[in-house]
Parts: sequence; C-alpha cells; structure tokens
Amino acid sequence: MALEVMAKATAPIPLDIAFRVEPGELLALVGHSGSGKTTLLRTIAGLWTPARARVAVNGTPWLDTAARVNLPPHRRRVGLVFQNYALFPHMSAAQNVMAAMDRADPVEAARILDLVNLHGLGDRRPAQLSGGQQQRVAVARALARRPKALLLDEPFSAVDRATREKLYAEIIALRAHLKMPVILVTHDVNEAQLLADRMLVIEKGQVVREGTTAEVMGDPRALHAMGVRELAAMLPATVAEHLPDGLTRLDGPSGPLFLPTVEGAPGSRVRVRIMAHEVILSRARPEGLSAQNILAGRIAQIVPGQGPGVMVHVALGGHEIIARITRRAADQMALQPGDTVHAIVKSMSVARDHIARAPNGE
Amino acid sequence: MDWTALELSLKLAFWTVVILLPVSILFGRFLAFRRFRGKALVEALVMLPLVLPPTVLGFYLLVTLGRNAPIGQWWHGVFGSQLVFSFQGLVVASILFNLPFAVQPAQRGFQAIPPEVREAASCCGMSPLRSLWKVELPLAWPGVVTAMVLTFAHTLGEFGIVLMVGGSIPGETRTIAIAIYDRVQAFDTSAAATMSAVLVAISLFTIAVTFALSARVGRRLG
Repeated sequence: MALEVMAKATAPIPLDIAFRVEPGELLALVGHSGSGKTTLLRTIAGLWTPARARVAVNGTPWLDTAARVNLPPHRRRVGLVFQNYALFPHMSAAQNVMAAMDRADPVEAARILDLVNLHGLGDRRPAQLSGGQQQRVAVARALARRPKALLLDEPFSAVDRATREKLYAEIIALRAHLKMPVILVTHDVNEAQLLADRMLVIEKGQVVREGTTAEVMGDPRALHAMGVRELAAMLPATVAEHLPDGLTRLDGPSGPLFLPTVEGAPGSRVRVRIMAHEVILSRARPEGLSAQNILAGRIAQIVPGQGPGVMVHVALGGHEIIARITRRAADQMALQPGDTVHAIVKSMSVARDHIARAPNGE
Repeated sequence: MDWTALELSLKLAFWTVVILLPVSILFGRFLAFRRFRGKALVEALVMLPLVLPPTVLGFYLLVTLGRNAPIGQWWHGVFGSQLVFSFQGLVVASILFNLPFAVQPAQRGFQAIPPEVREAASCCGMSPLRSLWKVELPLAWPGVVTAMVLTFAHTLGEFGIVLMVGGSIPGETRTIAIAIYDRVQAFDTSAAATMSAVLVAISLFTIAVTFALSARVGRRLG
C-alpha cells in the first residue's frame, strides 16, 4: 500500500517533486513556510490539483493528470489532520469520529477515542475540549476514515510545549497501529527527527535532500534549507536510574548520560536529540569541568559549512553525535577523520521536548 | 379590523418563504463559495430591490407580467387567468422583492463556515450533498433562519409593490398594509390603528423569537 506522489506546477508556487512512502513508514516533509509542503499534502488529499501530477496508492491512481484521472477528496481514502484540526463544532467528539465512518458505529468510535487517550470524553463538543484533546479528536477522526494514507499537517503547532511532549509520545505509541503510509508536514526539525523514519527537505518546491534523519543531517545543503542551527544528532539510550538530585542517568551507546529528569521507568528506551551547536570537542579527556557528559568517540567525517563553521560527526558505539564548531577551532586542533575526541554535552543543554520514547521495535 | 386582509398577508408571506427557502440555501451557498467572473454584478442585482423604489420594480413587473408581454401571455395560456392584479402575481413580485433579504443572510451564514471545516467534511468521505446536510446547514442555519424571518416580516409590511402589481382587490390582493392605507384614506382611524398595532405585534414577535433562537445556537457552538 505504498503512496507515490509526483507534482509539478508553476503557480501559485513552483513545485517539482516526486517521492514515495512505504506502508507503515512515517515521512516528514520539512521546510520553511511557503516551501510547498502543505500544497503537496493538499494535492494528495485532492483539495488542490497541480498542473501535472500523479498520486497513487498501491498502484491505483487517485490523481493522474496525464490520464485525466482526478478523484474528488471524498472518494480518496485519506485521513487528514488539519493544522487547526477543523473539527465539526456542532458535533460531539464521538460524532466527529463517526462522521468519517462509512457507517456510523458508536462502539468503533469509542474504541478509536480510547486509542488516542480520550476515554470518556466522547460526549464533549470541541469547544469543551483543550487544544491537545481537540488534536486527538482530529487524529481519531482521520483514523476512523480507515485511510490508505494518513496526512498530518503541522498537527502540533497549535498546542503549548508541555502538551506537545505528550502528543509526541502518543503519536509514537500509535505508530504500532498505523499500517498505512504516514506523512507529517512540519517546519520543526526536532519534531521530524523525533517522529519520522525518513525526512524530505523541501525548499522552493524542490527536494533538497531525502533520506534518514541521520543522512539528512550530514548534508550541508539540507542544513541550509532547514537552518543550520537545527543540526542535531539522535542518540538512543535506556533509562537507568532516577537520581535524588533531579537528574536521570541513562545508558547511552558509549557510557552513561546524565540529563534532567527523563520520564519513564528504568529500562524504558528513549531517543535523545543533541543539538550540534551545544557540543564541545576536546582532544584530551577534560577534568574539572561542570559538564556532566563526556563521550569518547572517533571522528567519522568533517563536513565544511557555508560560513565559519564545520560539522564534525563523531562515531560512538554504532551511532553518531555531531558537533558544530568553528573552522578555526578544527584547524587549531588539527582534527582529522579517525582521530579520537571527547564530545562534551551539558546536561542542561538537552531540552525536555528533545527526548522521546523510542518507537517500538527499535 | 380587516381579517381577510391579514389572512391574505400571512398567506402571501407563507408562500414567499416556502418558495424562497431553497433559493436562499442554494443561491446563498453558491454566492458564498464560488468565485466567477461577474460575481459582483450578480450580487448587485440581488441587492437591487433594496435600493430601488418599489414603484420602479412594480412598473417593470407590470410590463413583463402583463397580458401583452410574453410571460403574461404564457401564464394566460396555461392557467387561463392574468398574472397582474392576482394573488399569483403578488407572489411573483414578492419573491423578486425579497431576494436580498432571503439571499444575503444565508450567504453570510455559509461564508462564516471556515473553509477547512468544509474540506474536512470531504476528507471524511462526505459527498457535497452529504456535507451540505451534515455540516454546512447545521452551521449556516442561523443565517438561513434569519433570511426567512426577514422575508416573512418584510412581506407582511410590503406596500408599494403590492399596490403597483396587485391593486386592492379584497381577498385577492388587498394585503393588510393596503387595507391600512385604504382605512386611512377613508378617515377610519380606529380601524387603521388596530391593524397597525396587530402588524407591529406580529413583526416584533417573529423577529424577537429569531434573535432568541440564534442566541441559543451561539451558546451551543461557542
């Protein structure tokens, strides 16, 4: 049930993009506003038709301008979560969910609402729900359509940071139930890195880079499109112990990591996003330093940036951490691929919403 | 008190509302959602009866519905009666004259629906007709109800065009507004006063009920 998309247009925005999403895969479309990512989503849903386009699910075309096929949105089996949710204000949560079913089924609606942690709130109208709850109703409604493709348009942008952290965790947990291709449109690289299997970086309607988040992070052009300050590595880790001083000790790929309280019982697996501009490199293992995390590794590659910076990828036990340092520092230290260095990460430099539970099976 | 005139007015208002209800929904929705060349002209045409003197509209109706005009001739051929100076003629005039009241509030009601809510309806698998029934009408109905109440109240109060197209035939075209005018002309002030008071009461009641209803809807959705 793979989703294939090709779209070309010159107006209202230039667009020349083709990509494919596999069943169960979550692809993040990342780009600045105006890059064309929402237009792509609308093309897939049938809310907009580019000059030349093809959208097919499992080989069956929904849209093929060459063959004059263009199914209206209601005949495409698509689940779309709108940026502002677009719930039906005159219906209860359960009615909203049932509105997307071929035949209204209250039992099934209750089951889907349970799935998105809205147990017992089916009778509430959207106006009586919090922003996070409204987003969950929107996700439930999209799932109730039994979609062959699930499309999420900036679904976390309208909630506060604390709610967003919870919703991230819920989407990650929900992944086990999603057998269809999923597309997440976002301008938030953190979101894409935490949630997506693959990223598609878009600029001015064109693909700058497509690949796993690690691959994308190694590409200077993609970094330029995303904003180089978004450069970060994802490290897998396991919660080891909650310490009495408020820190949590995690077991990382190359020794312990001390971070401010990480939610989750000991043994639970998480992924930690470490921003490249927060990482300091040292040749010798430093002493008398306030930073709590000193990770020894080997330089895998040094990628020059467009400005005064370079990106140093340091391999640690099968994973990578990235340090964005000045070219001057790299020259002074005479860093070369293969060298052993110590990456220094302040505990306090890792934000709470940069830590997420690892998807199942990882 | 001329009860026949009141009954005739209510009958005229009823038929005007019945015929204009689908027009209000379909045409109001069309103007709310569609963009096309000449839309401003169409909207201006709909609004025209609001600014024209009733005599102007009445004059054109007399000309087009009269026995010498094609429409009048066709009507005469089919029904064997003439359209002007008849109740049917009044209904036609009333429909045209009430177009701005029937279409505008409904159009505003449909325009108030966020576009993405309508898009969500189609992404939920609803056909346009189902979306109209399940999503658009429930959200736009305060506008549609306002349109119908205004049409109803306005028909009760219409004078000039009725006089032009219908005259003052008792039981056929003499509405309550005309009857009041007749009574005043005949210096029968007390009858005119009673009928005026009845008209004020009915109109006030209708409009007040609508406002109360729409306030309740506002609370429900707010």
